[in-house]
Amino acid sequence: MARAATKSKSSKSEIEEVEDDLLLDFYRQMLLVRRFEEKVGQMYGMGLIGGFCHLYIGQEAVVVGVNHALRKDDAIITSYRCHGHGLIRGVPPKAVMAELTGRAGGVSKGKGGSMHMFDLEKGFYGGHGIVGAQVPLGAGLAFSMKYNESDNVAVVFFGEGAANQGQVYETFNMASLWKLPVIFVVENNQYAMGTSIKRAKAGTELYQRGEAFGIPGQQVDGMDVEKVYAAAGEAVEHCRAGKGPILLETQTYRYRGHSMSDPAKYRSKDEVQKMRAEHDPIDHVRAKLTDRDIADDAKLKEIDKQVKTQIAEAAEFAQNSPEPKLEELMTDIYAEDVVIEPRPDDVEVHEKEAAGDHVPDGPKV
Amino acid sequence: MATVTVREALRDAMAEEMRKDEKVFLIGEEVAQYQGAYKVSQGLLDEFGDKRVIDTPITEHGFTGLAVGAAMGGLKPITEFMTFNFAMQAIDQIINSAAKTLYMSGGQVHCPIVFRGPNGAASRVAAQHSQCYASWYGHVPGLKVIAPWSAADAKGLLKAAIRDPNPVVFLENELLYGQSFEIPDDDDFVLEIGKAHVEREGSDVTIVAFSIMVGKALEAAEKLAEEGIEAEVINLRSIRPLDTKTIITSLKKTNRLVSVEEGWAFAGIGAELAAVVMEQGFDLLDAPLRRVSSVDAPLPYAANLEHAALPQTDHIVEAARDVCYARD
Repeated sequence: MARAATKSKSSKSEIEEVEDDLLLDFYRQMLLVRRFEEKVGQMYGMGLIGGFCHLYIGQEAVVVGVNHALRKDDAIITSYRCHGHGLIRGVPPKAVMAELTGRAGGVSKGKGGSMHMFDLEKGFYGGHGIVGAQVPLGAGLAFSMKYNESDNVAVVFFGEGAANQGQVYETFNMASLWKLPVIFVVENNQYAMGTSIKRAKAGTELYQRGEAFGIPGQQVDGMDVEKVYAAAGEAVEHCRAGKGPILLETQTYRYRGHSMSDPAKYRSKDEVQKMRAEHDPIDHVRAKLTDRDIADDAKLKEIDKQVKTQIAEAAEFAQNSPEPKLEELMTDIYAEDVVIEPRPDDVEVHEKEAAGDHVPDGPKV
Repeated sequence: MATVTVREALRDAMAEEMRKDEKVFLIGEEVAQYQGAYKVSQGLLDEFGDKRVIDTPITEHGFTGLAVGAAMGGLKPITEFMTFNFAMQAIDQIINSAAKTLYMSGGQVHCPIVFRGPNGAASRVAAQHSQCYASWYGHVPGLKVIAPWSAADAKGLLKAAIRDPNPVVFLENELLYGQSFEIPDDDDFVLEIGKAHVEREGSDVTIVAFSIMVGKALEAAEKLAEEGIEAEVINLRSIRPLDTKTIITSLKKTNRLVSVEEGWAFAGIGAELAAVVMEQGFDLLDAPLRRVSSVDAPLPYAANLEHAALPQTDHIVEAARDVCYARD
């Protein structure tokens, strides 16, 4: 059980081994995110994806572990580094990739892009571009769950960089005061853009940052999917039982730059190499799968092949899906799709009106 | 017709909508036990309980974000700001989260929320507590922006705002809270958002105003009438959508237009009206449009300076005379 922040540095020390099938699922899902993001990097380099693009490579165990502890009718919300979160909530890779290429088949119809993906049917509330903004929003989702007297929980993912935003603490206060069913998951990947955690953090460990508000916290090895899963399970149990919010700090690492335009010169190659070699979350599970005779080389190759096929299909779809129709420019601004601002061609409308013609309502694009 | 204050009209609008729809709730600082910093939510806690009338800590950025998230989760929050000056702390959540997410999500994530509270100058509260945000929020696609004047405006438009499936910024005025107006005897009096109202008909000049300035425009119209100038006074009611049709229709009759706003002129609502008139009614104009606004300075505390900074009835009269070439 999660305890008060001060003492609880890791979850139930040595966690129970997960079942074979679950471990295979973890492996498949983490591999899907890894290969997907690798393909995104490649396509970005080819100019097929534009704008800001933040890859999740290295952090896969966090979203996979946490999501496995959730139900389909729970909700998650995250930052702009959101491709993996969408995929793991069940958004088809094709829809995520087509959003990245800005096509009509994208999960947000090509209007959101890399940082703004949503799929409400999957309980995936985005995809938010302003650092920290998703934290009060996620508490608001939890508020609506409590208001509706459901036993759902909301999970808010945010980076250790966002953990220094003021609204996070405003949210902690209200979430604890009102015992909202929200799990705050800090994805501490060690670097807020180019600023290392050591250069930006005063004093306390991040998992202790809810302490002043009475929010219990745990620090978890975010490179170990089983540990993340176990801690998330306890957190979910805590929330569903009506005990209010809980904080998980997952210690993780991103292998790539902050975004595609970041060469990551603020850290050594050796540091990254050491992480990849010694702590890679996927290698770790792959080794377990073979050690425990859950999957042999042939089985692992088969999974690799399946994932590769999925990604190839997604990439193909994302390049062949048409661009959004021009009409989409002026839809989804308001719920009822009205164009309400005066536009230059309104002049024509008023002239027609003066001549007694019918004045059309609605979009003029 | 019954006579009620703007304060009562706002309270009644919220109460009626809360009775109709369980998903509607009121959240903000001092809205519950204190009964509202300006007593607008008087009696709501008693009737609806603390599940639906929620006092927040002093935490504008946080509670605004939380309310926006609750709206995304399917509820219909009414978010009260003690004044819109404090909403600047939360403007990211209003613009980036509430206004844009429907678009960014390809139409999936709706945000039916009302942000309401007093806007503009009150009385002797100086620069930080006396700003008009009409043009700030009016700038943003995805938001609807309303600025009521009378009690009927307040009630009919707040009910419409609560029912609206979009984020609505509802700009009230502290000095109007205590003013009484007649209001139709209608169990369900609702006004349409996006329609201006002609408060006074006239043929010589159109005066376009919103919020507290509608009253001053009407006073100006009475003075002008004594001089033989018949002013038509348009109460915008809604900043976005802007009812350009009513403005141009009036301009066809008067061929002269004066805009009145309490905010600054630069990039203000008057500037927008000038652009609308240029684009849609250039040939109708017999004189350049005149803007009446606050002077281009932070609002001072000293009574004489405050009076000099804000648009007064005489400024409107003067501007109307100007566009009618009737200056003495």
